[in-house]
Amino acid sequence: MPAVSKGDGMRGLAVFISDIRNCKSKEAEIKRINKELANIRSKFKGDKALDGYSKKKYVCKLLFIFLLGHDIDFGHMEAVNLLSSNRYTEKQIGYLFISVLVNSNSELIRLINNAIKNDLASRNPTFMGLALHCIANVGSREMAEAFAGEIPKILVAGDTMDSVKQSAALCLLRLYRTSPDLVPMGDWTSRVVHLLNDQHLGVVTAATSLISTLAQKNPEEFKTSVSLAVSRLSRIVTSASTDLQDYTYYFVPAPWLSVKLLRLLQCYPPPDPAVRGRLTECLETILNKAQEPPKSKKVQHSNAKNAVLFEAISLIIHHDSEPNLLVRACNQLGQFLQHRETNLRYLALESMCTLASSEFSHEAVKTHIETVINALKTERDVSVRQRAVDLLYAMCDRSNAQQIVAEMLSYLETADYSIREEIVLKVAILAEKYAVDYTWYVDTILNLIRIAGDYVSEEVWYRVIQIVINRDDVQGYAAKTVFEALQAPACHENLVKVGGYILGEFGNLIAGDPRSSPLIQFDLLHSKFHLCSVPTRALLLSTYIKFVNLFPEVKTTIQDVLRSDSQLKNADVELQQRAVEYLRLSTVASTDILATVLEEMPPFPERESSILAKLKKKKGPSTVTDLEETKRERSADVNGGPEPAPASTSAASTPSPSADLLGLGATPPAPAAPPPSSGGLLVDVFSDSASSVAPLAPGSEDNFARFVCKNNGVLFENQLLQIGLKSEFRQNLGRMFIFYGNKTSTQFLNFTPTLICADDLQSNILGTTWASDTDRQTKPVDPTVDGGAQVQQVVNIECVSDFTEAPVLNIQFRYGGTFQNVSVKLPITLNKFFQPTEMASQDFFQRWKQLSNPQQEVQNIFKAKHPMDTEITKAKIIGFGSALLEEVDPNPANFVGAGIIHTRTTQIGCLLRLEPNLQAQMYRLTLRTSKDTVSQRLCELLSEQF
Amino acid sequence: MGPARKRAVGGRCFRVGVYVPPRFPASWAGVGRRMRFMLLFSRQGKLRLQKWYLATSDKERKKMVRELMQVVLARKPKMCSFLEWRDLKVVYKRYASLYFCCAIEGQDNELITLELIHRYVELLDKYFGSVCELDIIFNFEKAYFILDEFLMGGDVQDTSKKSVLKAIEQADLLQEVRARDSEEEEE
Repeated sequence: MPAVSKGDGMRGLAVFISDIRNCKSKEAEIKRINKELANIRSKFKGDKALDGYSKKKYVCKLLFIFLLGHDIDFGHMEAVNLLSSNRYTEKQIGYLFISVLVNSNSELIRLINNAIKNDLASRNPTFMGLALHCIANVGSREMAEAFAGEIPKILVAGDTMDSVKQSAALCLLRLYRTSPDLVPMGDWTSRVVHLLNDQHLGVVTAATSLISTLAQKNPEEFKTSVSLAVSRLSRIVTSASTDLQDYTYYFVPAPWLSVKLLRLLQCYPPPDPAVRGRLTECLETILNKAQEPPKSKKVQHSNAKNAVLFEAISLIIHHDSEPNLLVRACNQLGQFLQHRETNLRYLALESMCTLASSEFSHEAVKTHIETVINALKTERDVSVRQRAVDLLYAMCDRSNAQQIVAEMLSYLETADYSIREEIVLKVAILAEKYAVDYTWYVDTILNLIRIAGDYVSEEVWYRVIQIVINRDDVQGYAAKTVFEALQAPACHENLVKVGGYILGEFGNLIAGDPRSSPLIQFDLLHSKFHLCSVPTRALLLSTYIKFVNLFPEVKTTIQDVLRSDSQLKNADVELQQRAVEYLRLSTVASTDILATVLEEMPPFPERESSILAKLKKKKGPSTVTDLEETKRERSADVNGGPEPAPASTSAASTPSPSADLLGLGATPPAPAAPPPSSGGLLVDVFSDSASSVAPLAPGSEDNFARFVCKNNGVLFENQLLQIGLKSEFRQNLGRMFIFYGNKTSTQFLNFTPTLICADDLQSNILGTTWASDTDRQTKPVDPTVDGGAQVQQVVNIECVSDFTEAPVLNIQFRYGGTFQNVSVKLPITLNKFFQPTEMASQDFFQRWKQLSNPQQEVQNIFKAKHPMDTEITKAKIIGFGSALLEEVDPNPANFVGAGIIHTRTTQIGCLLRLEPNLQAQMYRLTLRTSKDTVSQRLCELLSEQF
Repeated sequence: MGPARKRAVGGRCFRVGVYVPPRFPASWAGVGRRMRFMLLFSRQGKLRLQKWYLATSDKERKKMVRELMQVVLARKPKMCSFLEWRDLKVVYKRYASLYFCCAIEGQDNELITLELIHRYVELLDKYFGSVCELDIIFNFEKAYFILDEFLMGGDVQDTSKKSVLKAIEQADLLQEVRARDSEEEEE
């Protein structure tokens, strides 16, 4: 089919294009273009009305000029005029011009929208298609405002042609992406879902794209698409390669549609068992087909087939629930790692990265470590090597950290400059995260500086200093190592910084060795001084003054250096000031004062490492975030699995993934913010309204905590009064018996207990009866309590919604001649409305995964306040109200629990996991519930119990 | 507490009561899996076709095109067809003197994008009859029309070669034959 005969050649356009191509220079081209622009301008402005064809031709020329990279500031109106032409080609060129060149010129948009409206209403499928394409191409908010309501109607109307349906689906998708708020869900959604059953595969393909995007934000609306998608997929993967005719691509049946269906399924958790079985069959078929000999030698065949395979693997990873499939996926990727096609090796490395973060396949991924390391060494393409680095980073855990870090370090020596900084950050993070032995950590970082000093950012060397200062077991080693490293004739300035700082703090630890005597240390540092930049010199000056304190014997030497003109009269103000001040300090201050002023640096407060943040910034949000997110999820995950990170070293109490590095120092991380001391707060609040309420009785806070895991006992006691409790809870209701005991022999008068409580916890005091009496007749509180007697009061409680504040019980009475006023917090806590839930390990993981939103998880790492006894811990978790799930966590030392919090209107599923670390005497507690405030409150409550 | 605990043992309450549709990481919501733009350029770095599926300012477009062409043209023949660039993934393939280059978001499927390019080349080939760079230069508007029939908003509209070509041919049939070309065509 020779092209020229097709359609109409616009000869004037062809001539113009040839002219441009023949231009010998840029100047000539510009000249020719300007001539053309002038010509077109005059034609447009001329008196003679242009016919449609000429208009089309000139508009097309303008488009060509624009696409060459020149600005076009006229012709828009002529293009808009073309839209209302009856001739298809004129309309088409008009729409093309608008699509490519339109900006939000409001006047024009109105005209364009008018033309589009007419075409949409024309019922001519070709015109409708053009109009829909234009909407999709421009995709602006104005367009969405004008048409977002109309397009769903076209999409689901019974008489719409298939090709228009396809365009309408994708057009709507485009508008939804720019302005989701303007595309209202409605009746049409269920009809769109049924397009998945359409006869026309093109319609199904377009509809699947639309549904997968809509379903991400409106999963409920499109729930029914899951089973339809699975059956569609099943029909495709089991069809013979010729069944789907034109939708078979190089012997692969409907690869695009398959990929899209698999992607749609990734919007949902694994489906119900019935559908799930069918889906598993599909996935197995896809995996099986990968092992079959190819039906064609063409690369298109294998690409299409593998495109489906990789999408299937993504789905398997997303579900993360079928260990069998995960391991098969991993094996398949393992084969690809050694495939001769570079593309497949690249993708295999990439997919394995996500697989590495699944508990079921992490170990399987690790078995490929040698292949991956080999890829790092031998791949010729930097983008593939980068994938290998990423995968090594993802598969790294305590067991292989030393090997991986060593390989990354050696790769760094030859790595492409473009990825060096990233590797440096990764090495620094891994070295810190998995350091068992801090001498290894120090060695690694110093190597890092030696190999790639230029790429070692401030964050990295700050961090090594923080760690050395916080860990006294490594200080001597660090001093020795930097001293040795500084011996090298040429060393990186970053090493001088680290060396200067560390020797200034800990040089005394190696000064006993005559080879590193104070003077030798000083001379070594000072030999680098003149080669360094101003900030480093400033740092070294501080080291010198620290030496004056550490080593009185070098004081005069240092004073001489400080006194020299090059210091005292340095052109740099900072250096000059330091020299003057330090010199003066060393002269006037007594040894004691020097020792105080120049004391060793106090430990750094443990805070999150900025290295991770930096890495994320570097790599862009889409790549590292995910990886880190999933990694974090894994380390916080219930299984403990491959990486039994002790609680003390990978604290992640904030949702931020960078918190991983938090707990590495000598000092244990402080427990997350203690529960707001509601005692004080409550008083403040209530003193406004009821001025007579007493402050909370001392010690009541402790008693309060004791009642979190039990229901009966003495809540309060002083010389006069004892308050005991007995309570029971069921779902969202509870009943509490309060016993007031008069410990004296004198009557209490005007005995008035009142309950002050927030709206969300309704309680009403039913009345009091004598403890011995079982008939609960409601009678007013007896205002007197005889000496030695006990009165009982019943409180009915309903949990309306989740709450934090507990009610306060205030008791006022007269004893002897004095007015008594006691306030105690009544231990009605959220966990009282727990209903324990037993579940199998798999279910637990499933739900745990579903609650993966950062807000849903709250984690706390805290020091044990009581002896860490397994049985007591179990009893506490059961007392807390959740079920204690045995044999769920692979690490038997960990505790996991599950339950439902009942409130009047909702039920909130809660999962908890407690990881004790006996060695560090610490716990890590993780709560995941469907509601963030619940996670928060339960975590606070339970943390106080251990 | 007794009776309540008994009921819960089956675990059913949990399933019925608190199923919460999962929420996804930000990178999955709405974005993450779509094509951002497609470029065709020659080995000499001349841009032949550009299609943007996400509103991008003119200045930014030019910058991106320049930068990306440089990166892709510098790559050697046997290298892999995918590369990370900015926060995107670039899938490219060279056909004779032309590079076809798609920028997709990180979660998208690279291989199917590669075949998308191939299908587009096949469509051009079928329409023009062994397409060459010159066809695309002189009939650039047709190249855009064919692409529009095939992809809309970056998503594949129809993968059937027949359907797409039928649409284009229908359009051609609608075109009135112009005999007047020679008369007034020299500007």
